[in-house]
Amino acid sequence: MQTAPFFVIAIMDKPFIELKNITKHFGDTVANDSVSLDIYRGEILSVLGENGSGKTTLMNMLAGIYYQTSGGFSFDGSPVEIRSPKDAIDLGVGMVHQHFKLVEVFTALENIILGLPGDKKPAQAQEELRVLCEKYGFHLDPNKKVYNMSVSEKQTVEILKILYRGAEVLILDEPTAVLTPQETDALFAVLRNMKADGRAVVIITHKLHEVMAVSDRVAIMRRGRLINTVPTRETSPDELTEMMVGRRVSLELERPPVENRQLRLAVKNLSVSGIDGPNALKNLSFEAFSGEILGVAGISGSGQKELCEAIAGLCAAKDGSIVFYPQSGGETELTGLSPKEIRRLGVSSAFVPEDRLGVGLAPGMDIVDNVTLKRHRQGRGMLLNRTSPRALAEKIVEELQVVTPGLTTPVRLLSGGNLQKVLVGREISENPELLVTAYPVRGLDINSSYQIYDLLNAQKKRGAAVIFIGEDLDVLLELADRIMVLSGGELAGILDAKGATKNEVGLLMTAGGHREASV
Amino acid sequence: MTREPLVRIAKRADAAPTAAWAIRIAAIVAALLFGGLIILLLGHNPFAVYPVMFAGALGNSPAFRETVKISIPLLGAAVAIAPAFKMRFWNIGAEGQIMAGAIAASYFALYWYDKVPQPVLWLIMFLAGALAGGLWGLIPAFFRAKWGTNETLFTLMLNYVALQFELYMQNGPWKDPRGTGFPKIPMFNDAARLPKLLGVHIGWIIVLVFVAVMFIYLRYTKDGYEIAVVGESERTAQYAGISVTQVTLKSMAISGAVSGAVGFLVVSGANYTLSDQSAGGVGFTAIAVAWLSKLNPIAMVAIAFFLAILSKGSNTIQTAFEIPKSAAEVLTGIILFFMLACEFFVEYKLIFRKKSGGAAI
Ligand SMILES: Nc1ncnc2c1ncn2[C@@H]1O[C@H](COP(=O)(O)OP(=O)(O)OP(=O)(O)O)[C@@H](O)[C@H]1O
Ligand SMILES: [Mg+2]
Repeated sequence: MQTAPFFVIAIMDKPFIELKNITKHFGDTVANDSVSLDIYRGEILSVLGENGSGKTTLMNMLAGIYYQTSGGFSFDGSPVEIRSPKDAIDLGVGMVHQHFKLVEVFTALENIILGLPGDKKPAQAQEELRVLCEKYGFHLDPNKKVYNMSVSEKQTVEILKILYRGAEVLILDEPTAVLTPQETDALFAVLRNMKADGRAVVIITHKLHEVMAVSDRVAIMRRGRLINTVPTRETSPDELTEMMVGRRVSLELERPPVENRQLRLAVKNLSVSGIDGPNALKNLSFEAFSGEILGVAGISGSGQKELCEAIAGLCAAKDGSIVFYPQSGGETELTGLSPKEIRRLGVSSAFVPEDRLGVGLAPGMDIVDNVTLKRHRQGRGMLLNRTSPRALAEKIVEELQVVTPGLTTPVRLLSGGNLQKVLVGREISENPELLVTAYPVRGLDINSSYQIYDLLNAQKKRGAAVIFIGEDLDVLLELADRIMVLSGGELAGILDAKGATKNEVGLLMTAGGHREASV
Repeated sequence: MTREPLVRIAKRADAAPTAAWAIRIAAIVAALLFGGLIILLLGHNPFAVYPVMFAGALGNSPAFRETVKISIPLLGAAVAIAPAFKMRFWNIGAEGQIMAGAIAASYFALYWYDKVPQPVLWLIMFLAGALAGGLWGLIPAFFRAKWGTNETLFTLMLNYVALQFELYMQNGPWKDPRGTGFPKIPMFNDAARLPKLLGVHIGWIIVLVFVAVMFIYLRYTKDGYEIAVVGESERTAQYAGISVTQVTLKSMAISGAVSGAVGFLVVSGANYTLSDQSAGGVGFTAIAVAWLSKLNPIAMVAIAFFLAILSKGSNTIQTAFEIPKSAAEVLTGIILFFMLACEFFVEYKLIFRKKSGGAAI
């Protein structure tokens, strides 16, 4: 675990940026309530807080995306106005958002110099970029097109784009949500180099172990207010959680024993073509059982997405079969069916997709209409029944503690965690016999994550077969009953989670070839 | 370093409804001021021209009735466009769909007027118009669903096909034998004409029924919900078990059918004949109506009527002040332009360059 070197403390006497009583209202919502916070050169500050506590909004104001309702900013002691991203860049503020804003058909270099005055030769720019990469330890091919890049490479381009413009402070909004552990480590190494170089780094993250590992100070937010700022060395995950949530939260994960284990889903020799190639999934066979959580581990892009979509009927299988065994007996072949047909056959399955706004929800519609989705054909007649979805929406908002101005707010305005609660709430509301979840806690705060884990456990206890595609190995090992490891679209092994170690799973993830393991 | 541009465009983060209305009112005032300037340049007094313009559209009951008559097809076509635009299917083919409906209805008006009782004839003409328009709307939808063709170009091109077909009929098979060399289609028999109610052909009632039905259809039915989901995200629609193809086909059939019925109203209620001017650009102006109303059929009533006022008023000032037709059209164009532009300012704001050094507010 890394602690702040001494010289950092020395630099910390005069703040670089001061946020003074920043308040931001969105209609009736108070997203930030009189927040005062200092940011120093040569430090990594993490901002921690539950979903909807106003972290992104606060940083968006510093980056010129939003303008505060009241309050102001000072840079090196003198007040400044930040009215646009351009103002922010001129002041040396750069922010990497969760959704990247790159031109897909351009190369890394083209994206980085995009919008800058054209008096620089590409060769010169490339040289400067090389120096920058060397200085901070990035690995990037400047001539690679963005559409060929992994998420982590795209993120590197975003960061370099900001550094290339001479940013003094780099703000990262949940940068590790989509990274593998190895990629995260590489990113942190870069951040430490930037810190050593005297720049300021602000990182928003929900992962406490990352906060502990990389930051020098932690700012904790709750319901729009800054609760406290503490040096990382003087705190612990438990204390941080307590400050964030306002009460003690147990960070223990429960694994209830498997009961009444019956075959629910059998996947045999499944091959699926993906966007990236003809063999996103190769010859995969496994089974899922009721009353059990089957964890799926793998480096991102190892075929997890295709697996989910094939089961849900969203992408066609090239080969192989998917058979569902309902509780009531019999069997239903799902291979080649569309979601509509699967629903019509009465297959009791639910799917929480990775892309929440693009696949799982209709972004511009409100919570009621989003809860209506999938059950909108129910009932006789032409008219849409909104009464029972409204009741369900109210129930979801109340039971899962969704923070929202109201049931009529378009879901795209909800914070990531609240969005996810609406989606998960809808999917489990029909008590599915099979529940497929892809990265269900991505972007969720600790408390919400644990709520989701509890929900998954509740589904398991109820007798659902749960397939849980995850990225946090610690969680998978604690929560799942068995772990299936995918590597390059192939089955690398299926392990009993109780005896398995992180190392074992990690090895299988990068194994590539087929390896038989005990169940 | 380059200089910061003088103005930059940024999305408004949180447009309050009151602010939006203030912008809209400001836009109308600005349009009137700017229009006034043009009137001045033409050598007239705006304070004399504007009142005449509005009086010409609303001042007495014949004028009012004429204005209502102008708004009927405009409103009908705007309603027709709504379901297509709601699912982000850019149907700019209402013009052609109106024409297709008008042609089909005209066939029965010309050849069946003495074969069936009048109410039956009306019904047949209505259905023929709706069917032809619906078919004309289905073609681009089918091609898009099947082969992913671009609907904007496709619907646009079909407008010309419909128009050319009409011209062919007008110059050939349906040409009035008593016409003095000038190619035109004969006037319809009285049996094929729509009756009047309160001085305006009953098309206004039919169109108001369309408004009500479309409002309910889009907002409260399962189909309307599916259309909205497809418009939001096709992937989400698929995920939720909605067949994007089916929704596309169905909505475009409806969209085209309403346009086709409007075509019937135009030939049978307003013009009593078919000509190459039967659609007369209504299908395009209706896009502006639909857009300004945010696809809400109820709001379309007001917007369509407002545009009809402008159109009728500009006719009046042409005769009253001898303002050339083109200049009068520039005037209405400007007002429309300001209305459309203001929707841009409701969503975006301009940021002006600050004076260097000074901390601008
Ligand atoms: N553009 C907007 N319009 C209306 N409300 C908004 C808008 N952006 C954010 N909010 C609201 O402001 C509050 C703070 O949101 P914000 O996105 O800053 O939270 P966050 O701490 O970043 O949450 P998360 O961890 O889920 O990303 C939330 O209640 C959210 O619904
Ligand atoms: Mg956020």
